[in-house]
Amino acid sequence: MNKLLIGRYIPGNSFVHRLDPRTKLLASFYYIGIIFLADNWQTYLVLLLFTLAAIAMSKIKLGFFWKGVRPLIWLILFTVLLQVFFTQGGHVYWHWGIFTLSQYGLINGTYIFVRFVLIIFMSTLLTLTTPPLALADAVEYILYPLKYVHFPVYEVALMLSIALRFVPTLMDETEKIMNAQRARGVDFGEGSLMQRIKSLVPLLIPLFVSSFNRADDLATAMEARGYRGGEGRSKFRILKWHAADRWVGLSFIVLTIILIVLR
Amino acid sequence: MTKAIEVQNLSFRYSEEAKRNAIQDMSFTIENDEWVAIIGHNGSGKSTLAKSIDGLLPLEKGTIIVNGIELSEANLWQVRDQIGMVFQNPDNQFVGATVEDDVAFGLENRGVPRAEMVQRVQDALQRVNMTAFATREPAHLSGGQKQRVALAGIIAVRPQILILDEATSMLDPKGRQDVLATIRQLKAETHMTVLSITHDIDEAASADRILVIDDGQLKQQGTPAEIFRYGSRLIKMGLDVPYTAKVAEDLSTAGVALPSQFLDESELAQTLWTLHSQM
Amino acid sequence: MDITFTNVDYTYQANTPFQGVGLRDINLTIHGGSYTAIIGHTGSGKSTLLQHLNALLKPTAGTVQIGDRTITPATNNKNLKPIRQKVGMVFQFPESQLFEETVLKDIAFGPQNFGMSADKAHQRAEEMAELVGLPKETWEQSPFDLSGGQMRRVAIAGVLAMQPEYLVLDEPSAGLDPLGRQEMMDLFNKLHRENGLTIVLVTHQMDDVANYADQVVVMEHGQVIRTGTPREIFANEQWLVDKQLGVPKTTHFAEVLKQQGFQFEPLPLTEDELVTALLPQLLRQGGAANE
Repeated sequence: MNKLLIGRYIPGNSFVHRLDPRTKLLASFYYIGIIFLADNWQTYLVLLLFTLAAIAMSKIKLGFFWKGVRPLIWLILFTVLLQVFFTQGGHVYWHWGIFTLSQYGLINGTYIFVRFVLIIFMSTLLTLTTPPLALADAVEYILYPLKYVHFPVYEVALMLSIALRFVPTLMDETEKIMNAQRARGVDFGEGSLMQRIKSLVPLLIPLFVSSFNRADDLATAMEARGYRGGEGRSKFRILKWHAADRWVGLSFIVLTIILIVLR
Repeated sequence: MTKAIEVQNLSFRYSEEAKRNAIQDMSFTIENDEWVAIIGHNGSGKSTLAKSIDGLLPLEKGTIIVNGIELSEANLWQVRDQIGMVFQNPDNQFVGATVEDDVAFGLENRGVPRAEMVQRVQDALQRVNMTAFATREPAHLSGGQKQRVALAGIIAVRPQILILDEATSMLDPKGRQDVLATIRQLKAETHMTVLSITHDIDEAASADRILVIDDGQLKQQGTPAEIFRYGSRLIKMGLDVPYTAKVAEDLSTAGVALPSQFLDESELAQTLWTLHSQM
Repeated sequence: MDITFTNVDYTYQANTPFQGVGLRDINLTIHGGSYTAIIGHTGSGKSTLLQHLNALLKPTAGTVQIGDRTITPATNNKNLKPIRQKVGMVFQFPESQLFEETVLKDIAFGPQNFGMSADKAHQRAEEMAELVGLPKETWEQSPFDLSGGQMRRVAIAGVLAMQPEYLVLDEPSAGLDPLGRQEMMDLFNKLHRENGLTIVLVTHQMDDVANYADQVVVMEHGQVIRTGTPREIFANEQWLVDKQLGVPKTTHFAEVLKQQGFQFEPLPLTEDELVTALLPQLLRQGGAANE
């Protein structure tokens, strides 16, 4: 249950924590874009140093970032191996059927590996330093222009914030129902695959029933409190840009220029 | 002067197949600034009644007038503006991601400008004594604190009528006392009309008048002292029996001559002492 | 069968930045055949303690002896079923655990998990439905069509159907109306007296403690701060007020009467005791009223 990434915000008051969530979200997207500019060891080194500097400023231990890599390690290794064995060129070290171990293959494989790790580090930095709610605000801001093509931005934002607000409630509920069924002799996660799937029924049905009841209650409460859809609503939560956000923007421009020069 | 709530010949049935009406031809009036408690066992139609008054259930038969406005499809939102409701489950009415967001929800719905909103949220939190929790998330609050936040959300929009639909029934004794104390204080400060649906003896005792509902019908009404006189029969009406009433009944059965009216703790103690002194 | 806690600690989410203390140095014995009430504020560790009674949680230090099984931090999660069968647990708002198509099927779920045949479990389910007072016409209905109070009875019957020796109850009457509450407490009292079940009750209702329990455990900040009989615990009203735990209504009213001039030795705990102690001070010998 604790593996859920969304709840992994680590409270703090570092430079990175204090940044506007929009800055962090946009910067993360931008970073994923410019990482493809890198094509030699100098550029990758610059990116690595930049990322490590950002992590250092968050004052969060590097170990937490490795934890973000771990669940994806097989996918990464699979992709890296594909690159290694199917890229041709340079000195050939080894050859067997369709597989070739070449110089370029090894270099490309290393680059891909570093690229993956850097992207995961940067997005982990976003989720570790930004409360989910602030992220939801940032998403709403980014979606805002879609309002002009009649996309229900307010409704989606409200849905997102309510969904986040109910994550802990539903996790408690899940744990409680699991305990109640364990007390009635259910073994979760034991036996054959069929038995495991069967043991989920006494968990999922009560969870659905209670979620629907909650949704029903919540809808009634919202109506009683005057909710009539997004039109005409004012907003309590607002975001403000600060000087720090400008510095971050500037540093990303500088980074982009360096990458272009070095490639 | 207009009445706070007038209910005339109200009937309601949940579905065509339902065996009986959830509410059967009910009529009553609630005055401005009055505190009325509605009691009845589970399934007696109390919650249906509360939801009907707020237009949360379709009005089928009968008339509901709130602050002089007759409830209809057309002025549904006008009626809802007069009423704030606190429901039973503290978790399922907490919309906002944090305490202050939740208090602001009703204001956002009414399009209140942000500057005013901030002021009103602060003020409301202060009144329920939850200022220190403004930025907390609901997962870190107790049930009683969540209900006080719900009250703040209502105060912020300043309705004239407060409906409590078993608002304290899922709380521990401490939470219940805190919420009840907050309601008493708000009532004194704002002179809101309070309609509280409850099983709780302390909440019922706070009311000016008690309505007893059974089988969707209004069976009795009177002041708390009048209703408490029913003694052990109260439990069938969905209310706890006041402790002094139980003791008085036991003593009467054993042959002690006690007056038939309801006596609170100190009254019963004095009456018993007088009897003892006459021995 | 006894359950004994020896130097039990429990730490939540150990070795993470979110770790917290659940229980600290618990030493406690719950004897078979007793009716034990556990009281304390929300968050004092009552629910954590309960989950150790049937090894849903294992101590992070110390041991819990459940009958002939010893649970230590190193105990394997397998083969705990016999414990779960012996110690039946009714959680708060247990109606949320219902999932089967019919009332009887839901009640029969537990015994079947412990290896009982479907036929026999069905028969057991009928007996339990009867025992908890579910009207016959509800037996083949979906549990979700019943009232809240009846759903709770189904859940309790489902635990009783496993024929446990212990019945552990976490605020079993919360959210019910007064009549439902009284019927629920009468049911547990009957199971204790007539069927010999050991009862462990977590409650905020001091009247229930005074009326039914023979042992009281008081918890605060994850520790047991007092144990004793209800008479011992409630003898010191000031201590209970300081701890904001509340006192039984009888004890409170007896104090009011004492201030008025009446005398009680010992202080009555239940309504019956109070009336018995009062009558000689109100009526002349022979029982006639004072007229």
